[in-house]
Amino acid sequence: MALKTEEMTLNLGPQHPSTHGVLRLELKLDGEFIVDVIPHIGYLHRCFEKHAEAMTYPQIIPYTDRMDYLASMYNEFGYVVTVEKLLGLEVPERVEYIRVIMGELQRIASHLVALGTYGADIGAITPFLFCFRDREKILSLFEMTSGARLLYNYIWIGGVARDLPPDFLRLTKEFIVYFRPKIKELNDLLTFNKIFIERTANIGILPKDVAVNYGITGPMLRASGMKWDLRKDDTYSVYNKFDFDIPVGEGRMGTVGDCWDRYFVRILEMEQSLKIIEQAINQIPDGDVTSAIPKRVKPPVGQVYVRVENPRGELGYFIVSDGTLNPKRIKVRAPSFVNLAVISKLCNGHMIADVIAILGSIDIVLGEVDR
Amino acid sequence: MTEKEIFEILKEKFCETIIEFVEAEAGENYIKVNPLEIDKVCSFLFIDNILQFDSLMNLSAVDDANGEKKTEEDGSFEYIGGTLSVFYHLESTDKRHKITLGTTVEKDKPDVVSVTDVWEHANWHEREAFDLLGINFLNHPDLRRILMPYDWDAGYPLRKDYKDPDYYQGMKVPY
Repeated sequence: MALKTEEMTLNLGPQHPSTHGVLRLELKLDGEFIVDVIPHIGYLHRCFEKHAEAMTYPQIIPYTDRMDYLASMYNEFGYVVTVEKLLGLEVPERVEYIRVIMGELQRIASHLVALGTYGADIGAITPFLFCFRDREKILSLFEMTSGARLLYNYIWIGGVARDLPPDFLRLTKEFIVYFRPKIKELNDLLTFNKIFIERTANIGILPKDVAVNYGITGPMLRASGMKWDLRKDDTYSVYNKFDFDIPVGEGRMGTVGDCWDRYFVRILEMEQSLKIIEQAINQIPDGDVTSAIPKRVKPPVGQVYVRVENPRGELGYFIVSDGTLNPKRIKVRAPSFVNLAVISKLCNGHMIADVIAILGSIDIVLGEVDR
Repeated sequence: MTEKEIFEILKEKFCETIIEFVEAEAGENYIKVNPLEIDKVCSFLFIDNILQFDSLMNLSAVDDANGEKKTEEDGSFEYIGGTLSVFYHLESTDKRHKITLGTTVEKDKPDVVSVTDVWEHANWHEREAFDLLGINFLNHPDLRRILMPYDWDAGYPLRKDYKDPDYYQGMKVPY
């Protein structure tokens, strides 16, 4: 007599440490194998877009911080670039350099959390502590500049809130010297660890054409072998003045676009960010950083979509202005929201433990998924 | 390719009742498309060898707030009639050109054909537009609420005349 079998449903989350926040994944299982994954989001929905319609343009900046709270600087960066385009506003060159330095430091800090927690998800706790130790140094730099460690409200429309403190450039240089060897340390500890490779290579393979069709961007798209980075391909601010490479996934440990590639692209990107910061520090001009900040932000009637390369991918703001002090509509194209949608495609046929590895490699921030 | 050139190619393929070029005073121009034909226009843009719009960057819905405004005594208001719009930002990663499509529907009958068949990316964005603005995407494979609770029956929060319900599941909503 044949044994009766049935599909089992298992809830992963909403309260589960490896879901990086409050995300519920409904797993349909055949034994320990995944048949389907249905993500349920919205637990952190704070109605950013509705709030924004009731506020003036500068008032919205602190709210953008709270979307992707691991990359607040970059959220502000993207938002002010969009509003400036709507206003047709030119900003002083020193401001652009400060924004790039902040943005790239933020990218390193954000990647450190991504890599550290990824290791922790898979069972390597030590690299997690190492990553947070190094991230702390970046947060100290942000703190001395803006006064806050996580949610800065530093980049304003037309400028930045205040100039860099006197010691900032020296300390940032010291950080670069300090941090370069730490990347090697992380590589020795985790990246080329046999157990780690076993868990991540050939898992959750995302082909390039599927990635483009799903709108995947950022390190995840680059890991799939596509050389696509908005800092180069749709350049903004002063990124065209710097020399840096776009690392892509090569399938060194398995197949192009697997979890290990997604992890390793982030490591390589940190090195490139250091390179950009180094050049920016050497080139930064003097000047006033608050002179172009408008007293009243009142864009003309119109709409604009502007995107920047957030640590997680393409962060786009779509702003519709009706000529008043408040925006008529702001829509945020959040990279985590888009990247998460592909998870059921990645997980099919893998085992439950691989879901954790795949989810970690997508690097979502639920604050941004739900907004 | 510029927006104008892309529009010329589209004009050869589709008649004037389907597409129209809208020049903006500030910000971006866009091509206005009939909401019931948008899937055909999009799949042409996707397939065509010269255009190759392989990527949908963003899809967003907007409440145009242009109906007749009726204000109640307590200050709350609602719009009678009016329209909703959906904007599609497309891009070709190979040919390096971009374009914006827009479509407008009546609030009383907000039917737009889904483009999920062309770009999977549209799936969640369309669900979000349905959830927050109540746009009904025809032929969508899985049109459920996404950010709001599944049993939320008090309307669509991003509409300008949205009012909070008094209670949700026995919990008081306005605070």
